[in-house]
Amino acid sequence: MNSIIMSFENVTFTYMQEDESVKPAVNDLSFSIQDGEWIALVGHNGSGKSTIAKLMNGLLFPQTGKVEAMGKLMSEESLWDIRSQMGMVFQNPDNQFVGATVQDDVAFALENNGVPHEEMVVRVKEALQQVKMADYLDHEPHHLSGGQKQRVAIAGALALRPRLLILDEATSMLDPQGRMEVIETIRELRKATGLTVISITHDLEEAALADRILVMNAGEKQLEGKPDAVFRSGNELTNLGLDLPFSMRMTHLLREVGIELQGEHMTEDELVDELWTFYSKK
Amino acid sequence: MMEKMIFGRFIPGNSLIHQMDPRAKISFVFVFIAIVFIANSAITYGILLGFTLLVVFLSKIRLYFLINGLKPVFILLIFTFLLHIFFTREGDLLVDIGFIKIYEEGLRQGIFISVRFLVLVFITSILTLTTSPISITDGIEVLLGPFKRVKLPVHELALMMSISLRFIPTLMDETGKILKAQMARGSDIGSGPVKDRIKAVVPLLIPLFVSAFKRAEDLATAMEVRGYRGGEGRTRYRQLNWRLIDSLSLVVLVGLAGILVYFRV
Ligand SMILES: Nc1ncnc2c1ncn2[C@@H]1O[C@H](COP(=O)(O)OP(=O)(O)OP(=O)(O)O)[C@@H](O)[C@H]1O
Ligand SMILES: [Mg+2]
Repeated sequence: MNSIIMSFENVTFTYMQEDESVKPAVNDLSFSIQDGEWIALVGHNGSGKSTIAKLMNGLLFPQTGKVEAMGKLMSEESLWDIRSQMGMVFQNPDNQFVGATVQDDVAFALENNGVPHEEMVVRVKEALQQVKMADYLDHEPHHLSGGQKQRVAIAGALALRPRLLILDEATSMLDPQGRMEVIETIRELRKATGLTVISITHDLEEAALADRILVMNAGEKQLEGKPDAVFRSGNELTNLGLDLPFSMRMTHLLREVGIELQGEHMTEDELVDELWTFYSKK
Repeated sequence: MMEKMIFGRFIPGNSLIHQMDPRAKISFVFVFIAIVFIANSAITYGILLGFTLLVVFLSKIRLYFLINGLKPVFILLIFTFLLHIFFTREGDLLVDIGFIKIYEEGLRQGIFISVRFLVLVFITSILTLTTSPISITDGIEVLLGPFKRVKLPVHELALMMSISLRFIPTLMDETGKILKAQMARGSDIGSGPVKDRIKAVVPLLIPLFVSAFKRAEDLATAMEVRGYRGGEGRTRYRQLNWRLIDSLSLVVLVGLAGILVYFRV
């Protein structure tokens, strides 16, 4: 099953090319993503993450280089076919809710792709069950919390049964609870369906859950690797304006004051586990 | 005041009228508007009024609620009534107090016009009160369907309507937030001379417009990503189903027209 679902080859994109002083938003970028992977794309504001997302689904086309998705070269012809196999969820929960009610919104992408009515009813139910929003069929968007709206947006993407889900800071406008709801939903989905996920995020604790992290800086790929490897390069991340997850910062600070902890800790639970067994292990 | 207004409000329910197909209800209202103009006598206006009250009864919407919600309309109604009474000079003189002269024909006309007005307002209100805005949009889209031939962008209009409806509460919330933000900066919208108040609205409208455009842009992107490219080749999630009561309602309406023509003088 190890096939490549998305790849960039020396991709460069500049907004307002006419203006010489504008630097490329994405500069000579290459990477590839395997089917079934969970990739976290991190980087400070303006480092080009959203631009990458837009290049991935053909909202923008690169000026040089190639974007390939689902084994096809991204072009005007393949565009709609590729789009029907990927879902995308954006930052602002209010600005992507098209339908008048939850079920209308989930059905929107299906309607666009000409799915017959009987099939739609089944898929809308199924998608809402996957994000645990099946009891809210007839709710209107302004009666939902931010986290619930984002889960509906995810359902709207899932209804098309995509192979790839792109989340562009989908949790950044949510409170901690809403954020947890959405992350939990994604984890369970991946377990159940093996969906490929690309999540763009500022939150390194969220990124720590991914299989692989890509760190962007000023339109270029700065680092790439498994979360623990990326986090071990501590200073480099801090220099890029990114905060390490709390548990890792804590581990570093404890080491500085001479407490010899063993590993790196990506989650608070791991850290707590080591701390309370610290003396007994000695 | 605003809370009590019932223009454009929808009261969910499961009465006979609620269950009707929006296409039937919209057609019903339009045909009814035409039929109202057949009436021209006490009996025919009486029949119309009776019929309307029957519809209100079937919709299970309380008459008191309806009348209370239409208060501003009643002011207009009384005004036109008085206008007819004072300015029609035909028939026998009924009242003569100094400069106020009321003639029989004036009274008749005043009452007829008022009943006509009342009946129209009641029936259209019943339509909007018993049909969700999204169903009305669906109904209009299907009813206007034939006009696609003459290049009327029916699907686009319906989509525009439903998106506008969907964003009304969002923009209301936003207006509230901006209002509070401006008040926190010392702007005063609630008092002062009219000129100042109008000026104070400007700093409210500009941020509202800016954010509405931002939302529109985001929404367009979200729609495109989800595969939207116009009405062609699209299927519909919401299905309308025309049932026997829908056909019956229109038959009843034809019957009503027949009766009115018969009793007309
Ligand atoms: N529509 C646009 N027109 C012109 N320049 C743009 C446009 N969108 C983004 N840019 C510029 O491109 C660069 C990359 O922007 P991008 O939105 O991809 O960053 P980002 O990593 O998503 O940032 P953030 O974390 O704030 O979302 C920025 O310098 C930005 O100013
Ligand atoms: Mg962004």
